Amino acid sequence: MRLLAFVPYFCSDFLTHNLVSMTWKQVFTSSVGRKLTMGLTGIFLILFLVVHAGLNACIWANDGGVMFNKAAHFMGATIVIRILEIGLFVFIFIHIIQGLILEASNRSKRGTPYAVNYGNRGSKWYSRSMGLLGTLVLLFLILHWIHFWIPSRFTGTPEVTYDNKTYHDLFTLMKEIFAELWVVIVYVLGCISLGYHLAHGFQSAFRSLGVHNKKYNNMLTSLGYGFAVIVPLAFAMMPVSMYLGWVS
Amino acid sequence: MEHYNMNLTLKVWRQKNQSDRGQFETYKVSNISSEMSFLEMFDVLNEELIQEGKDPIAFDHDCREGICGMCSMYIDGKPHGPWQENTTCQLHMRAFKDGDTITVEPWRANAFPVLKDLVTDRTAFDRIIQAGGFISVNTGNAVDANALPIEKAKADDAFAAAACIGCGACVAACKNSSALLFVGAKVAHLGLLPQGEPERKERVLNMVAQMDKEGFGACTSTGACEATCPKGISISNINRLNKEYLVASLVSEK
Repeated sequence: MRLLAFVPYFCSDFLTHNLVSMTWKQVFTSSVGRKLTMGLTGIFLILFLVVHAGLNACIWANDGGVMFNKAAHFMGATIVIRILEIGLFVFIFIHIIQGLILEASNRSKRGTPYAVNYGNRGSKWYSRSMGLLGTLVLLFLILHWIHFWIPSRFTGTPEVTYDNKTYHDLFTLMKEIFAELWVVIVYVLGCISLGYHLAHGFQSAFRSLGVHNKKYNNMLTSLGYGFAVIVPLAFAMMPVSMYLGWVS
Repeated sequence: MEHYNMNLTLKVWRQKNQSDRGQFETYKVSNISSEMSFLEMFDVLNEELIQEGKDPIAFDHDCREGICGMCSMYIDGKPHGPWQENTTCQLHMRAFKDGDTITVEPWRANAFPVLKDLVTDRTAFDRIIQAGGFISVNTGNAVDANALPIEKAKADDAFAAAACIGCGACVAACKNSSALLFVGAKVAHLGLLPQGEPERKERVLNMVAQMDKEGFGACTSTGACEATCPKGISISNINRLNKEYLVASLVSEK
């Protein structure tokens, strides 16, 4: 015991030589820093979902897509939004790459697997499957980019003229794409994956940023569940209502 | 509670040493009392193995009172077995029925290599503590401690975190083999008290750096650790560590 009493003194000496020096690289490649990145980019993507869902909800104005096309035009033509779009892509790629690195690294930490699995005690299946859910969302996203983003930026979309001004007719493009049943089903499945991804990701993002107060954690968990249901449901209803002809 | 005897089939992980591949062996034990502890059942089995001239099963244990953190079996898919907030040594055979088959594995994590059978090397935790889980100055005796005003809520949180016995069940339960519940408990326990507060920044940075070096995974907030912890350490300690880490790295000099 007498010997043990010297351990702290030795360690404190060690500490004074290594006093609080963490470069940004060390911070962002540490296990805690990687989560921080996932949380920060995740919250940004959550904010984007709100904007995206709000804007697309214009299809339900039932005005032949005028409001929706004009809103989409505003998003495409405003310099601030275009700069934010670059930021969005950077954040999406950081989120994807960091997520894949984390998933691979975490999976490598248990060389010999258990014969009997731990199961659901204390954790939800979707909390344990964020890598899989994220990959499903990514696959959906690639299809989604091919359907809408690439035509509107590069290969061209149908066009429409309101008050002598030409607009991309994304509304008609949506109607064409969502006329196919398999596309609608894939989009709905994509939205379900997104919903489960958010059910864990929303509250977990704030935990990674260090929110530890019980009242906020409880509030954010409830808010997260609400968000994870409402937003993907709103998205899923878009192809469904297009397919079923609920919008004109 | 009514007493009964039972016959059981045990599937136990046997591994000669760190380099051995290891495999499951099946054993039958009979007339096990429901009043026995799980480790006493292993004692009975080991007595039989010794009498048969076989190598007894190696397993970690010390106080057998649920407070030292030495025992470490992964029983039927759960660290420390099926009961909540309980250690293996305090698990009693009344948790099982006659005829049950029980699978017993060691903690599985690269940072906790198996030394023999069910014994793992958990000194990675010691090295994490040596990296910052201490207070560098003499904090005095109980009288000095009582002379310092500490908010009740903080004292309670620190005490709840200090209940961690460092058994490693959190790592064993975590799908990522993350040690963050353990490290979070130490960071919260010391950082919340005035004696530990001055070193909180270097503590969290150095402990996390050592944790990563030992080969533990990253936390993904699944909550499995909290549910399996024999001392009921709250996952909010991990969130607190995240905050401490964020603040410490933001104000770091370099």
